[in-house]
Amino acid sequence: MNNTYKEKINKAREIVNNPDLTYQQRKHNLALLAEELLDYPSLNKEAKVALDERVICDIFEGNAPFRPRYILPDYKKALKQGSTFLELELPNDLAEALNFLTILYAHVPSITGFPVYLGDIDHLLTPFTEGVSDDDLYKQLKLFWRGVDRMLPDAFVHANLGPKDTRVGRMIFQIERELRQVVPNLTLKYDPVVTSDGLLLEAVKTVLAVGKPHFANHSMNVEDLGEQYAVVSCYNTLKIGGGSHTLVRLNLRRTVDRHEGDIEAYLRETLPHYVELTLQVIEARNKYLVEEAKFFEHDFLATEGLISLDQFSAMFGIFGLAESVNLLLKSVGKSGIYGQDEEANLLSYQITDTIAKILKERPVAYCEGNGGRAFFHSQSGIDLDLDATAGTRIPIGDEPEDLFKHIMAVAPHHQKFNAGISDIFNFENTAKNNPQAIMDIIKGAFKLKMRDFTLNLADSEFVRVTGYLVRRSDLEEFRKENRSRYDSTVLGYNAIENQGLFNRKKRVISNEQNSGAR
Amino acid sequence: MSKIQGLVSKIIRFSSVDGPGNRLVIFLQGCNMNCISCHNPHTIGICNYCGICIDECPVKALKLEDDSKRIIFDDTVCVNCDYCLKVCPMSSNPRARWMTVDEIIEEIGPVAPFLSGITISGGEATQQIDFVKEVFTAIKGDSELSFLTNFIDSNGTATIDQWESLLPVMDGAMIDLKALDSKVHFELTGIDNESVLATISYLYSRGKLHEVRLLIISGINDEEKLIKDTVKYLAGVGKDIRVRLIPFRQHGVREEYGHLKETDLEMMGKIKDVFLREGFRDVYIT
Repeated sequence: MNNTYKEKINKAREIVNNPDLTYQQRKHNLALLAEELLDYPSLNKEAKVALDERVICDIFEGNAPFRPRYILPDYKKALKQGSTFLELELPNDLAEALNFLTILYAHVPSITGFPVYLGDIDHLLTPFTEGVSDDDLYKQLKLFWRGVDRMLPDAFVHANLGPKDTRVGRMIFQIERELRQVVPNLTLKYDPVVTSDGLLLEAVKTVLAVGKPHFANHSMNVEDLGEQYAVVSCYNTLKIGGGSHTLVRLNLRRTVDRHEGDIEAYLRETLPHYVELTLQVIEARNKYLVEEAKFFEHDFLATEGLISLDQFSAMFGIFGLAESVNLLLKSVGKSGIYGQDEEANLLSYQITDTIAKILKERPVAYCEGNGGRAFFHSQSGIDLDLDATAGTRIPIGDEPEDLFKHIMAVAPHHQKFNAGISDIFNFENTAKNNPQAIMDIIKGAFKLKMRDFTLNLADSEFVRVTGYLVRRSDLEEFRKENRSRYDSTVLGYNAIENQGLFNRKKRVISNEQNSGAR
Repeated sequence: MSKIQGLVSKIIRFSSVDGPGNRLVIFLQGCNMNCISCHNPHTIGICNYCGICIDECPVKALKLEDDSKRIIFDDTVCVNCDYCLKVCPMSSNPRARWMTVDEIIEEIGPVAPFLSGITISGGEATQQIDFVKEVFTAIKGDSELSFLTNFIDSNGTATIDQWESLLPVMDGAMIDLKALDSKVHFELTGIDNESVLATISYLYSRGKLHEVRLLIISGINDEEKLIKDTVKYLAGVGKDIRVRLIPFRQHGVREEYGHLKETDLEMMGKIKDVFLREGFRDVYIT
């Protein structure tokens, strides 16, 4: 106890005196350190061991959950009712609305300290744009967008657009191409019936320039979560007015390392065992947040009705599916490789089916936002992941050369992950001459029930790491100076160094870690 | 239904460089030109079953069928080393296979949701024009596939009659113009360019010319006067022609043409400027 205490004191000193951290980053790290002094919510021994051995990973969220990991405030409601806590009247015009939102963002808790969701911007602002000239709208939006990047320097900060084609949506894409900022991360909700080809083309031109937006299959998400959903942080699909208390992920590779017996025994015993332990960790964290920290009883977002507990659930994440499949096959003398061989792919579907079934059956406290059950999420990795590939992705180097085969291999997973899944497809630079080709592929992927589609251009300045973006030039800078204005650049740097992101023709893994990023 | 077969060198499911949107590309085997700059010389010749590749294949993936009329290729054994292409005296490809129209349609089916259309390339697609016509017709007549556009990527040597017969089922064509000067054209390809020029004018007049492609080879067809004449000539056909300028690269070119120089991007930019100054609007380098 004494030793641990001494260690923490030393660590605090290191943080305070670390020249590579900005003031904000030092303060944030000190707060995390303080949280580490508290005991973890009580767990049974097996769950505790699995957590300590990092078979189960809570992504450094902290020992005492006092804020949900992902909060999606109902900004629409806020703009209609003002805020007593923030002493804000109802906004009457565009300038007031932008000012209102900017203030509100500063008060939305998360793990990194920055809001993970900025709202469905086009939908929120369009009512305030009537009679506003294009020039005026452009200028106000651009200043707003710049402010978001400078005040919330974290690539997990995420805005949504679409599915409807609006003046605001098109202008945001134009501004994105001009400002070339990392923040905010951006998603276009795409629905072939609602979204015009013109807006999709704007989005594709933007992704070719700055690596975003990411594309979400609107009708599929509506089917699972209802109209009031959004994509936040790194491809986490959650309910507006709700969110996720926590994200705890299971390292499938390590469950296989601990398994003795054949594949059937793994699916029947070992895997369900670890799924249950993970759910116990999730449940313990949920209970602490709601019952001990009593977040929903005192935070103004809850008391003013911008979020409500019954729209929340918690996320059960998996990663290392590829390694688990390959190792299981190897253990029975087979050489199948996930992504390349049909047998391996089939086994991967069996694994995700098995987990999905347990999640559907097992009630978890405070998960009313998903019918009392945990959400299923393919977790896009953190920068410390060395032995396990992000989520359900095909590892760098193992992807089929044929993009069609790649899509067909991963698509069957997409339907099961109601809280988000991501596969990142890299395109040759020649795609720049033919944005229509990319539109075709996105449409095709969604017809085949892919939930999300993310693409990266081979030599882009913007590199998608796990689900967030970093700029190549910032990485170079960080390599030299070892500090960055963006928290996420540090994570991206670690991820790229640890996982060889640039080595592979076209993929990406992910990351998180130090300050419990995302 | 149809018994006709096409000799297919390769099928690529997704391509963003063979016409508008994402396209499935069928490369047919066999070409009537013999370009010194060819990037895929193994698509030029037709196999004469000499069997050299069978003996040379390091993993024994090839064998001759009993009637000695076909080389059988085992793709579970093949390691894609391409050694067979290297040893072939015919500039052919033992892995090319005869396919029926139905087989082509089956290949397209699962990929169709991702496509704007298909492109038949080569080799020289119009060398198997009856097969091309049947594939195109089958696509237009298939309720699941009829939304696809049918494009052809050609050296332009087919006759006007042949083009005319293809037009009802063909949506567009990309035509290579190797050189405007007939002599240079002959040096480059082994034939003259009269039919190519006729093709460009004809397809343009019928609204089916999607793009003219100029492969620029340093020191061969990049001479200033030739470029100017080419720009003038194409302007005479129509300044709204989309022009794709391709810098020559050594990649894939036969060893005996290793002396050909790659074209630098500065030169490509200059050529593009000549087009733009003439009033062309849709000119790109790739």
